[in-house]
Amino acid sequence: MSDAATGATVRSLRLRQTLAVARLEIGRNLLGLRALGIYILAALPIGLVLLYFWGRMTFSGDPGNLPAAGELAREFGTVFGNLFSRSVIFFICLLVFTRLFRSEIQERSLHYSFLAPIRRDVLVVGKFLAGFVAVGTVLSLATVACFLIHFLPLTAASGSGGYVAFMLRGGGIAQIAGYVGVTLLGVLGYGAVFLAAGLFFRNPILPALAIFGWELGNFLLPPLLKRISVIHYLQALQPVPPPEGMLALLADPPSPWLAIPGLLAVSFALLVLAAWRLRHMEIAYGEE
Amino acid sequence: MNDHRIVFDNVSKFYGEVLGVNRVTLSIEPGITGLVGPNGSGKTTLFNLATGLLRPSRGSIRVLGIPTDRPEELFHKVGYATQYDSFPRGMTGRSFVTSYLRLYGFGDAEARRLADEAIARVDLEPAADRRVAGYSKGMRQRIRLAQATAHKPSVLLLDEPLNGLDPMARAEMIRLFRQLADDGLHVVVSSHILHEVDVISDTVVLLNNGYVVAEGDIQGVRSEMQSHPMQILIRCDRPSRLAARVFEADSVVEARLVEDGGGVMVATRDADGFYLQLNRLVLEESFAVETVIPVDENVQSIYRYLIGSEGGAS
Repeated sequence: MSDAATGATVRSLRLRQTLAVARLEIGRNLLGLRALGIYILAALPIGLVLLYFWGRMTFSGDPGNLPAAGELAREFGTVFGNLFSRSVIFFICLLVFTRLFRSEIQERSLHYSFLAPIRRDVLVVGKFLAGFVAVGTVLSLATVACFLIHFLPLTAASGSGGYVAFMLRGGGIAQIAGYVGVTLLGVLGYGAVFLAAGLFFRNPILPALAIFGWELGNFLLPPLLKRISVIHYLQALQPVPPPEGMLALLADPPSPWLAIPGLLAVSFALLVLAAWRLRHMEIAYGEE
Repeated sequence: MNDHRIVFDNVSKFYGEVLGVNRVTLSIEPGITGLVGPNGSGKTTLFNLATGLLRPSRGSIRVLGIPTDRPEELFHKVGYATQYDSFPRGMTGRSFVTSYLRLYGFGDAEARRLADEAIARVDLEPAADRRVAGYSKGMRQRIRLAQATAHKPSVLLLDEPLNGLDPMARAEMIRLFRQLADDGLHVVVSSHILHEVDVISDTVVLLNNGYVVAEGDIQGVRSEMQSHPMQILIRCDRPSRLAARVFEADSVVEARLVEDGGGVMVATRDADGFYLQLNRLVLEESFAVETVIPVDENVQSIYRYLIGSEGGAS
């Protein structure tokens, strides 16, 4: 067999193995009751946006007092930046990605994967893919649902026709796509951070809290330090970025041409680091 | 050239300052090999080193000529049923075997077929669709064996596969190992019970404190066992008096008080005769006997004897 054919066979095998790892992981940890925490966390912003919508419709009185599309877009930018990026994406990724390997170490079943004819980097990629697909799907649906609910006041002001027109021709779809894109990038970035944290720390909660504090207080950091965070890039990529707040130290937002490849590169580097860690890992459950 | 051996070349493994195994040089040939040693002697460490779950601190290991840091090659040839009695949560026996077969790159249909074959081989078909969490110890041992053999390896490593099984289940497992060996597998079985390995193995490797202390034909080890005095621990009141009386029997070669002063350790070459004598003494002197334990069933004593006869390990 030629080198090219051998290479293609190996690539095909690795792809099948990656998908098998992802499938195993999704079946084991990301579906059913075990994943209830993820669904509850993802439903939280939907509930809050629904509550806000109900309050607005109940207490605003005249439909003329309801905000227009531009105002709603600014509000959603703030809601997304503070609720989704800083909290929901962060905590769901913490919950899912730190456990991808840690849960198998704790339940003493990681050796089954180590005893299969599979490169350990493929294990990292497969598990990350499982987390990314599961969390990305759930959070994308939550983002879309929140967006659609948040703009419902348009139906009161201009009827369902106005709502549909905004979605289809007034930039609604483009904004939804933008927010879903930011959500997926957030899952990618935080997912890689927490997958690596789950391999390097026996108890990833303390490093996670440190990262949370760093991300939460990011707006107070000087411009140079702001760049060492995921939230800085996510907020810059939002279709309508949230206001930074009165105490914020302002920094030029990175362009999408910098932010997207930057986040991808950092995520890739973290996965390489995680793969290196896994390649050197020994099975010694007694010491865990 | 094809190498059919498992070769440990001057292998040492330290866990920090704790010794796992030291300067192990072994060449395990095809057939059934028993790896025997007391708990903590290094059996599991050797298996984990042979499968890359641990990395040697010194030396090198090759299994059928394959270095252990090449899982993609190694695990097509090797199956390992570990001693860890743990499973991924929520899985049935069938999904457990099938899911891990997919990691080998098998498609769904092929993985299911191989899993079904392996499950049938260990007679677990009726329970295959039940959750592993509800299995008995013996069933868990068998499903681990099915998982380790499902991809049809050439080398099968079994770490304490008979541990915790009742006699019926042990006999069934031993029958299964024989069948696997007859099918041409190269089987390495560890146990801390020499008798078990005697039944199963062609050759034996004896480990103690991380060192290989004996290696070779099982017959040689067995003949040493037969001339070995059996030790019996008797816990009773007035152990000093009992120690004095048991020496009346010719077969008793040693009687000493145990450290806590609550019993006597007797070494005898005729266990059955000694039990009769003990009954007589208890009736005559009204000893209040709490327990009578044949300590040779505790392997530590067997190994102390065998290892002593090897002239020490280190």
